[in-house]
Amino acid sequence: MQKYSIFSLIKNAFSNHQNWEVAWKDPEPKKEYDVVIVGGGGHGLATAYYLAKEQKITNVAILEKGWIGGGNVGRNTTILRSNYMYDVNNLFYEFGMKLWENLSQELNYNVMYSPRGIINLAHSDAQLNAYRRRGNSMRLNGIDAVMLGREELKKKIPFADFSSSCRFPIFGALMQPRGGTARHDAVVWGYARQADYMGVDIIQHCEVTGFDVQNGKIQGVQTSKGNIETNKVGLCVAGSTSLLAAKLNMKLPIESHVLQACVSEPVKPFLDHVVTFGAGHFYCSQSDKGEMVMGGDLDGYNSYAQRGNLPALQHVLTEGVAMFPNLSRLKMLRTWGGIMDMSMDGSPIIDKTHIEGLYLNCGWCYGGFKAIPVSGWTFAYTIAQDQVHELNSKLNLNRFHSGHLIDEKGVGTKTWIG
Amino acid sequence: MLEIKCPYCGKRSQNEFSYGGDANIKRPLLGKEVSDKEWDDFVYYRENPRGNHSELWHHVSGCRQWFKVSRNTATHEIFKTAKLNEEL
Repeated sequence: MQKYSIFSLIKNAFSNHQNWEVAWKDPEPKKEYDVVIVGGGGHGLATAYYLAKEQKITNVAILEKGWIGGGNVGRNTTILRSNYMYDVNNLFYEFGMKLWENLSQELNYNVMYSPRGIINLAHSDAQLNAYRRRGNSMRLNGIDAVMLGREELKKKIPFADFSSSCRFPIFGALMQPRGGTARHDAVVWGYARQADYMGVDIIQHCEVTGFDVQNGKIQGVQTSKGNIETNKVGLCVAGSTSLLAAKLNMKLPIESHVLQACVSEPVKPFLDHVVTFGAGHFYCSQSDKGEMVMGGDLDGYNSYAQRGNLPALQHVLTEGVAMFPNLSRLKMLRTWGGIMDMSMDGSPIIDKTHIEGLYLNCGWCYGGFKAIPVSGWTFAYTIAQDQVHELNSKLNLNRFHSGHLIDEKGVGTKTWIG
Repeated sequence: MLEIKCPYCGKRSQNEFSYGGDANIKRPLLGKEVSDKEWDDFVYYRENPRGNHSELWHHVSGCRQWFKVSRNTATHEIFKTAKLNEEL
């Protein structure tokens, strides 16, 4: 594989950049694979990459209905963080943060990891106390967390509304300095290029139409490009998980909902961090191009539409303007929607199933992007070893029967309520 | 913007309503012996279809009545609404 570097860039400049190798091939599916991953998004590509790199299984196919990176990995707000309270989430996402830190070097692809810090604003004493508790929980797990007072915040985010007369005055904040953002497309392309190089077949425009299950074991998948034999199938299809599960007569503790995000016109740099509004559900950061990248609540009803409605967007941006009044002067450039696999306790599922050889990776709710490396790493382990890793042992499907829910947000089974 | 026809008030904008989830979920009968699986299915497990979906909505900023809606989850088209004791 051609290594990307300043020297290869200069070398290729002499030939007008016409002679770059293709980053990944476009193969036809073989008759048989050791592992088939359904879904060519961030999680599917990362799983295939770690199957090849960590588990030494390279006879792997990724089947993608559309094109790689066209789903939620191209529809998010690119935020990375590990600022949770429960140990299970803290340890899982922090393992992921460590992978993010070295990802550009590992993939030889600049994923533009930007540890600009994520600031969670608090708007009451009680909320500040809750954030202190969460920060302490993070620090006990070796994760960076600092509390910020109003004066420190005024230096970091001077454009926020610090007046005492506003409806939700800022009391302070919890900050994870290593949190930040990364470039979503680069993550997709970086994983795809390395996985392809190690022998993974990335098969685009290939829809899975059914599964071949005999005696409780996976024997293969039926696709729009013919039948493929395999003994192991991993599902990484986010909002479409229930649809594929229905083909296997499985019902899941998941509802699919549309989540919108948007970017404004580009402006000069004025926000150096990712900031979340504590009195509602709104977060924003400024992209390298200068656009304000913003998001918040779900539209709030079951949807597979990949587009939302204005009421949810208006609600979210009203909160944004309450936090940064100057946002009201910006024009909107684009809005879009993605289909979230909302699990019933708000936490993901990475597990085996009752069908031998069928593995499940779903339930990411709002937070799938940051989890791409750790999800791929643990899912690859689970598939290759046919057992869960310590990191994802509690993210099991059975918790909805055993009662060991991971209700980090404390919203119960209606995770679609903001 | 969805326009939802409340069976009591007529067509109103989405802003007046809140969502209540799948309308086909049946709570196990009170006083009946219920297995863990029946209860878990009721609380957590959903069909989550792509296409026609029967669901509950609440006219929270209007008459405050709950009612049923038949809606397509892929296109957001609303086919029919009905009172809780009526068939969709």
